[in-house]
Amino acid sequence: MTIVVGYVPTPEGEAAFDQAIKEARKAQSKLVVINSSRGDALVDKRYAGETEIEGIDQRLGKEGIEHIILQPVRGHDAAIEVLEAAEAHQADLIVIGLRRRTPVGKLIMGSTSQRILLEADCPVLAVKAG
Amino acid sequence: MDVFSSLMDGFATALTPMNFLYAVIGVLLGTAVGVLPGLGPAMTVALLLPVTYALEPTSAFIMFAGIYYGGMYGGSTTSILLNTPGESSSVVTAIEGNKMAKAGRAAQALATAAIGSFVAGTIGTALLAVCAPIVVKFAVSLGSPSYFAIMVLALLAVTAVLGSSRLRGFAALGLGLAIGLVGIDSVTGQRRLTFGQPLLADGLDIVVVAVAIFAVGEALWVAAHLRRNPLQVIPVGRPWMGKKDWKRSWKPWLRGTAFGFPFGALPAGGAEIPTFLSYVTEKRLSKHPEEFGHGAIEGVAGPEAANNAAAAGTMTPLLALGLPTNATAAVMLAAFTSYGIQPGPQLFASQGPLVWALIASLFIGNFLLLLINLPLAPLWAKLLQLPRPYLYAGILFFATLGAYSVNLQAFDLVILLALGALGFMMRRFGLPVLPLILGVILGPRIEGQLRKTLQLSAGDPAGLWSEPIAVGIYILIALILLWPLLFKLYRRNRPAATPAGIPVTSGSSAPRDATGSHSHSSRSGGEPSDGDGDG
Repeated sequence: MTIVVGYVPTPEGEAAFDQAIKEARKAQSKLVVINSSRGDALVDKRYAGETEIEGIDQRLGKEGIEHIILQPVRGHDAAIEVLEAAEAHQADLIVIGLRRRTPVGKLIMGSTSQRILLEADCPVLAVKAG
Repeated sequence: MDVFSSLMDGFATALTPMNFLYAVIGVLLGTAVGVLPGLGPAMTVALLLPVTYALEPTSAFIMFAGIYYGGMYGGSTTSILLNTPGESSSVVTAIEGNKMAKAGRAAQALATAAIGSFVAGTIGTALLAVCAPIVVKFAVSLGSPSYFAIMVLALLAVTAVLGSSRLRGFAALGLGLAIGLVGIDSVTGQRRLTFGQPLLADGLDIVVVAVAIFAVGEALWVAAHLRRNPLQVIPVGRPWMGKKDWKRSWKPWLRGTAFGFPFGALPAGGAEIPTFLSYVTEKRLSKHPEEFGHGAIEGVAGPEAANNAAAAGTMTPLLALGLPTNATAAVMLAAFTSYGIQPGPQLFASQGPLVWALIASLFIGNFLLLLINLPLAPLWAKLLQLPRPYLYAGILFFATLGAYSVNLQAFDLVILLALGALGFMMRRFGLPVLPLILGVILGPRIEGQLRKTLQLSAGDPAGLWSEPIAVGIYILIALILLWPLLFKLYRRNRPAATPAGIPVTSGSSAPRDATGSHSHSSRSGGEPSDGDGDG
């Protein structure tokens, strides 16, 4: 069994990650952590830095969860990266974080979580920030 | 007290609400393009040239000066927080500045950079106000042969001294001079390089050339290298300095100023050499040499002061002789011409109020920059989160609009694209941009002086060395051209004496970036693997 979690260094992202650990422990499954950036800005706050990735790695190691951490920078939306990773690893569950967006913001930027919810082939667990 | 009263008149002009507003716009824009790697003041001034045709020249130049100084401030923020120099002149700042930031002393690094820039900029501008009239007094006695020699020196020095590859430098210079030749010969009325195209008879407009090389070339280059792993900005609060930092900073500031101003004023100027010299000097003189390489505040204070003093130094030959020594000054020279103002020693006499208002605005701009940079540096760093497709789409839009609005001719757009492709290829093959721009702008002026000299001497080439100053400058040119040979001999004799201060990568890429205009600096720190194309 495999669980894919979309990780972003924000409260929503952390909440999704915490939930994913719980699910992975319960189901004794492999965890695929995915954190991506379009890579078109010089600085992207949603792209985790080395120390953050190390922290994740250590925490998962301590929990004894088998895991892969992916950080693709291919110019794709985060939604596409999560969906592709889910397909490639034959995920049984996708865990993502949700946040509130204004209608205008959603109109302009689109919604990553909505796209994952609608297009995923497996169940999606959406978590809000505590 | 002539200088003082003229300067006070200048302040009166520069502080009128409209001019002050343009100074504010200038420093804000300048800081923004300074923070963003790949965008520089030269490109910004070129983009704004068509927009400012409707303005009064004084307001336009006050804004341009603000952009120029602002770029120097903004570059240091990116250098320190991101380890990618925002400007070619802050390459050296990144070495110690980023180490300081990583050690949790980003606030002090930003503070010493901003305050040092202010101190150096103010002293430099004061020196400019004092020196420029003296240079003018000396310059009015110069004849065409001397002018010709000085301009040749400027072109050769920029090409040969800066940059790691002389061949590439001279190739770029040749391209620039060729572009400058296009059009009808002013003496004989012959068409040159027009290829039977009547629209080329007037020559290529400098705005179109500059916008194409700087904006379109850079946009194409970025488009070709868009994907890259995002960098981490080091988080920082409000910049501040402790007592110890002040104590360690003020001497490097003054020494940096002393390096920066003369080098900025020299034809081979630019801010890159003095920042490097300042860094090496501070390293040698420091009481904490063990801190160098781990974030020594002297290594930020000195070079940052040097690059701002160099900016002030650059204005001296520009205003006093009509001689640009870097890309931004070259575009400003083009701006003078497009306003119908004849740059040169007569500028102080014919456009006194404008020149003094410009100098006064440099003082004002410097002060404004300290105000907006000291508390707000972390905010400016947020600009780096801008997705670059949006940014460059906007730049391309303005570039096209600007190029079209110069003559309202669709043909200019074809030239814009063709030269934009040239700009892209130059970046691809590591050709520096500065010699090209100087060649385009100085080429026709050099030719004018050469023709005048030969007319005066009735075609006898001996007229070229008929003035003692011209002879002296030719000797200097010979020295510059022979310098690498002499240096090699010197090194062979004393191999141990070479200063081994700068890490190899930045040492070798810094000078090339320097000549390659501000745009190249973005690659030196960020993508070492990109070495094959851009160096």
